[in-house]
Amino acid sequence: MKIMVAIKRVIDYAVKIRVKPDKSGVETSNVKMSMNPFCEIALEEALRIKESGGASEVVAVSMGPAQCVDTLRTGLAMGADRAIHVDYPGSLYPLSIAKILKALVEAEKPSLLLLGKQAIDDDCNQTGQMVAGLLKWPQGTFASKVVLDEEKQVATVDREVDGGLETVCLELPAVITTDLRLNQPRYATLPNIMKAKSKVIKKVTPQDLNVEIRSDLEVVQVTEPPKRKAGVIVSSIDELIDKLKNEAHVI
Amino acid sequence: MAIRAMLAVSRNRSLATAVLSRYRFISTLVLAEHEGGSIKASSLSAVEATKSLGEDNSVSILLAGSGPSLREAAQAASCHPYVSQVLLADSDKFTYPLAEPWAKLLHVVHKKGNYSHIVTASDSFGKNILPRAAALLDVSPITDVIEVSGSHLFVRPIYAGNALSTIQYTGSDPCMLTIRSTSFPVASMSAHSKSIAAAIEQVDLSTFSEDDAVGKSKFVKLSSQDTERPDLGNARIVVTGGRGLKSAENFKMIEKLAEKLGAAVGATRAAVDAGFVPNELQVGQTGKIVAPELYMAFGVSGAIQHLAGIRDSKVIVAINKDADAPIFQVADYGIVGDLFEVIPELLEKLPEKK
Repeated sequence: MKIMVAIKRVIDYAVKIRVKPDKSGVETSNVKMSMNPFCEIALEEALRIKESGGASEVVAVSMGPAQCVDTLRTGLAMGADRAIHVDYPGSLYPLSIAKILKALVEAEKPSLLLLGKQAIDDDCNQTGQMVAGLLKWPQGTFASKVVLDEEKQVATVDREVDGGLETVCLELPAVITTDLRLNQPRYATLPNIMKAKSKVIKKVTPQDLNVEIRSDLEVVQVTEPPKRKAGVIVSSIDELIDKLKNEAHVI
Repeated sequence: MAIRAMLAVSRNRSLATAVLSRYRFISTLVLAEHEGGSIKASSLSAVEATKSLGEDNSVSILLAGSGPSLREAAQAASCHPYVSQVLLADSDKFTYPLAEPWAKLLHVVHKKGNYSHIVTASDSFGKNILPRAAALLDVSPITDVIEVSGSHLFVRPIYAGNALSTIQYTGSDPCMLTIRSTSFPVASMSAHSKSIAAAIEQVDLSTFSEDDAVGKSKFVKLSSQDTERPDLGNARIVVTGGRGLKSAENFKMIEKLAEKLGAAVGATRAAVDAGFVPNELQVGQTGKIVAPELYMAFGVSGAIQHLAGIRDSKVIVAINKDADAPIFQVADYGIVGDLFEVIPELLEKLPEKK
């Protein structure tokens, strides 16, 4: 069985982002970029399935500008067998990504497509659901536990939903998106980083895959959220209770 | 208005298109969830959000499931003042909120009704289903909308709420949205229920094909935490504990305090990962987004991922022994002190809830 994992290069989660003065977006030049944390979890899960004998190959894929190769290289250093980079310099929305992923799935024929539940830059939480819809595959979103049964060709997925945990059983092939608690991703070791340099990253373009990139969304402006006005430090519980009661009127 | 639009054509074609599209007929489909015979609060927020899409908006509400509670929910929905039609999909395919049949249902219902907008709440139900349905209809969905600025102009947070993005939808119908419930508060409904109930119509499921993904997923079980406290997403007061609580045993103090205030209990990711509480209590970018009147944070440092989930709270109170903790930058009232001393004192001095 082959597993495909989609990986996105985003601004590192620890960076405090800055909105550009012209309101066209967020400052991304000279900012530390990393693999989206949810994608790391997806890749880790694929690697664990492979290590337990459940998969023969893990293919990492990423779409975007040339620098995505660095992110794929990190994925290879974690343990992915090979990678595919879909080279596209412009901005891509989830619908286009889902179409590209569909084309890659049709070419590579994996039994499982793993993605993070959302990217921490656009916070969309759409791509996995959309590619599952396009492929007509079942989906297991927000997964916190994945159990594969190779004989029956099913995946049992625990999903983090608002009311608690929902368990669903999916026929393979399927799409699974990962939540934070699924696993703790590993660090790439130095020998593996060296080894990753000789692994193959295949480069393709959306045209090669016969995917037309069009967008039905336009970002009008990006602004900073309104600031909360500065608060006060109170010195005692009595003062706090008094303020909550008589100033804020919330208790 | 038509004359004005035609005049504009002679002057400026693009302006004319803008004017025409602004006044184009709006019809909205709201995908709603129901429970125990009534519409869920988050779905009512989705109905509330449709009001901002434009005047003369005819709102249809789609309910699916089976059994008598579905009928009851439909009756309740038909009395909602904004709702002009209730669509009912009665089939055991919709007993559980599986994305495959529900997304297909949205697809089938849209093909018949040609809605300009399809809206649902940005909860785990809506986020699971709506993007899948959008892909089936070949349009880009817009998730987690916090403000509707026009029929095709929306504001949504990006980068964990550290920036706001204004997005224009330029694609074909339907424009598909999930809305953040806390940004569209629902006014008390009892006051203005209408005298003439909206029509309730059965969805024709004869075109509902079994050939694609429907049937490839099965519901196994839902393990939920039974709690008598108010729901975290809708509570008026939320009391949250972080890593500073140090243990699950100590977290009980937070629960006691919540009980006294009639509040919901929340937690940071650190507290969840340390095993103090189950993960459905997590508040933040990857957990629940809350906007209560009062948010009290105990032993919470205030990481940006957590702040993203509480930013819209009316009053934020922070109790932390580290005076430099980032939480104090967003708190309206702060106490620098040991929560193990503060909580017992609060328990003692807080007035009994009404």
